[in-house]
Amino acid sequence: MLELTVNGIKHQINVVPEMPLLWVLRDELGITSPKYGCGIAQCGACTVQIDGAAVRSCQARMADVAGKAVTTIEAVGNGKLHPVQEAWIEHQVPQCGYCQTGQMIQAISLLKAVPKPTDEDINQVMSGNLCRCGTYERIRVAIHAAAEKMGGK
Amino acid sequence: MREMPDLSRRTFVFGSAAVAGGVAFGQYGQAQQAPSSAAATNPLAANLGPHSVTFNPWVEISPDKITLIAQHADKGQGVGSIQPLMIAEELDLEPGQFEIRFAGPSPAYFNTGFAHELAPFMAPDRSPGAEKARATALEWLRKAGLQMTGGSSAIPDTYEKLRMAGAVARETLKAAAAKRSGVAAADLRTEAGNVILPNGTKIPYVALSADAAKITPVAVAKLRDPSQWRILGKPMERLDIRSKVTGEMKFGIDRTMDGMVYAAVKLNPNKGQPIKSYDASKAQTMPGVRKILKLSNGIAVIATNSWYAMQAAERVDCVWEPSTYPAEQADHWKTVASSFVPQFLAKEWRNDGNIDAGLKEGTLLEAEYRAPYVGHQPLEPLNGIGIVTDKGMEIWVGHQTPQSVQQIAAAAIGMKPEQVTFHNEWMGGSFGHRLEFENVRVLAEIANQMRGTPVKLIFSREEDFLQDIPRQIAMGRYRGSVKDGKIIAADAQVAANAPFKELLARMGSPSKDPDGQLGVGIWNVYYDIPNYRATSFEVLGLSPCTTWRAVGASANGFFTESFIDELIYAAGLDPLKARIEMCKVPIYRKLLETVGEMADWKGPLGKGKGRGVAFVEAFGTAVAEIVEVTMTDAGIKIDKVWVATDVGKVIDPVNFENLVQGGVVWGLGHAMNCELTYSKGAVQQTNYNHHEAMRMYQCPAIEVRGLENDYTVRGIGEPPVPPAAPALANAIFAATGKRIREMPFNKFIDFV
Repeated sequence: MLELTVNGIKHQINVVPEMPLLWVLRDELGITSPKYGCGIAQCGACTVQIDGAAVRSCQARMADVAGKAVTTIEAVGNGKLHPVQEAWIEHQVPQCGYCQTGQMIQAISLLKAVPKPTDEDINQVMSGNLCRCGTYERIRVAIHAAAEKMGGK
Repeated sequence: MREMPDLSRRTFVFGSAAVAGGVAFGQYGQAQQAPSSAAATNPLAANLGPHSVTFNPWVEISPDKITLIAQHADKGQGVGSIQPLMIAEELDLEPGQFEIRFAGPSPAYFNTGFAHELAPFMAPDRSPGAEKARATALEWLRKAGLQMTGGSSAIPDTYEKLRMAGAVARETLKAAAAKRSGVAAADLRTEAGNVILPNGTKIPYVALSADAAKITPVAVAKLRDPSQWRILGKPMERLDIRSKVTGEMKFGIDRTMDGMVYAAVKLNPNKGQPIKSYDASKAQTMPGVRKILKLSNGIAVIATNSWYAMQAAERVDCVWEPSTYPAEQADHWKTVASSFVPQFLAKEWRNDGNIDAGLKEGTLLEAEYRAPYVGHQPLEPLNGIGIVTDKGMEIWVGHQTPQSVQQIAAAAIGMKPEQVTFHNEWMGGSFGHRLEFENVRVLAEIANQMRGTPVKLIFSREEDFLQDIPRQIAMGRYRGSVKDGKIIAADAQVAANAPFKELLARMGSPSKDPDGQLGVGIWNVYYDIPNYRATSFEVLGLSPCTTWRAVGASANGFFTESFIDELIYAAGLDPLKARIEMCKVPIYRKLLETVGEMADWKGPLGKGKGRGVAFVEAFGTAVAEIVEVTMTDAGIKIDKVWVATDVGKVIDPVNFENLVQGGVVWGLGHAMNCELTYSKGAVQQTNYNHHEAMRMYQCPAIEVRGLENDYTVRGIGEPPVPPAAPALANAIFAATGKRIREMPFNKFIDFV
């Protein structure tokens, strides 16, 4: 048994230690907001926070994350919408939406490191998150808007 | 048996161009069991609860809730939102007052939106002959009862019928309220889910359901004028946005079921071929593995978790039957190149003036273009849940053609289509991928071997790539002539395999007609070129291919608009001004003028910068795009894209802009970076690192303007795609003097 805390709740997990966190979340715990897209850290749809840092959950082995705190999009706003989520709604970013939970987790991480990012900063950090519907321009606009809301300076 | 209406043997005239029509749509009706009156039957009536009412196939009201039916599947394009909102506009419902349910299979949901595409007339043609052909096509569609999402048809199909569905429901509820209250219906009004009496008393619709069920639906003569709209035509929030932002949205891949098992597959990458033998000894003992099953074209692993299943499937050694198409990519191209001969003539779509004489005048230009196979690869991989019992199969899968899912699944397990109960799902993209059946067929086979147990199948990304039936492979051979600053002649010849015709054949509806998609982008060209010919050749014996966002025009539009640009330069003209002057359709000319005004086009930019323009009409929607690039030390950088298009009426403006931007990204990204190639019968690219399309760092700002001059409402899902590639190639030429005539462009030039 391995212990994992997800969104503040402790779970005992019985899987092989090399199982990626993504599949523990999705198939063992039924938390489906992190998405399977590529399995090799090429799309970013599975991005979650581990101890506050944005990580591709398809690459994080259960053995390495045991005992750590995982946060998925459901809990980033502490019961409310996070300013990034608000901006995503206001600028109507998603089309199919499948990549967007990963995009938002990545954007939150960016804004933590760079409170008022330039387009160049955004391109640098967000280019690992693939969007097949092509919502990149709206993501950029929404990140700037979220930075504004969060009082980025 | 219902055959295509006899449209193909006649010759129609558009402007000065003699147009010979004829478009493959198969004999879809042949495969359908439904009697011709079935379209008039409301499928909701059969499953109606007590004291409930349904007025038509789109509205259902019970004592506790209102349910609006979305007949078109939502792949991310937003129709899961706009369809119910079109009903709500006339029914006077507010967002949040109703539930949305995707339609089950029924001919009542036949797609009227294909009528324009089916009739062999150019989109702007409103002659009596064109209108008659469209009416004939519509009648045929009604009888065939084909329910399909695709071809940018969702809004053209539903714009009137869903508003009418809402209006009929509203008036019938008012009639029920009139009967109950004794007040004349004319004195009642409706608002936010209530009928309101003159004294202000509100009767909720749900409280009228039982009474309304006893009344014949009231006919409505006229829909509200757009000036009265509360919701449509204004910036609105898509109904699915919040759940997609909070993570609550359940896509097909997220569905679970009590007692279900997880399945992964390894399938023959030689598409369409069976498995010979396999050795599962290594996989059998892996963690979580319950069973290994043989399928007709591969194996499946049943496990307690998707990851266990995928890991084990990889470790099964399989021996495959080899491909029926050439094993190596070079031979695919050779086959295409050798297909420009009469034996493979699909159709001469157009022949204006005298092409041979025209080509002899002035300066002759010749050019050859290529468009490779490309993958759809929506981010949500193919998946589905199925349960088979002795009585039938129940299947949950995101799909664009519900009736075909029934047919394909039933055929795979020896059942009848009506024994298959289909439930649609919200989809994480499609781009044409979810018109095919690779997951449906194997899910049926797996669930049939696991009778009584729900099976959840997920394709690994690698399997999804390997089984993805790609966009057609195409070559264009063009000749043209210019003289005294004018284009005298253009001769467009395209050879490609036939995407829509092949899809129809897989749906059980083979067609003998040429695939209209081979003609799109070469025949519907609106420039005043006195000698113009457009011919397509159908390439046989290659990889199966299918519809990929924008289909034929995604390749042909690149070829034609690149060649037109070459002719314009050879004639010494400005690429935008020449197009404006040559454009024969006033509302299309307006688009070119508009996009020029948006970009402030003033001719060459110099300093390593270049702009390219392209104009393509596909699915009836014309789109003009300008791309601006800069040649930097690190390669070509796309600075900005401007788009002007006309869909007659923009009913969901924010989503409209989003779809146009996405279409441009799709068109640019694949043109720059993507191809699928075959080796040993299998596709060599098996994940996004080999087929990246566009990422954020390459994405320009994209400015969009939607005009409303067209006479009818058009779709926007696909039409922004085709002009993107030629506009980029033309911009690269303007910046560097280098013509790129083959996709992907990154084989010939570096991008930042």
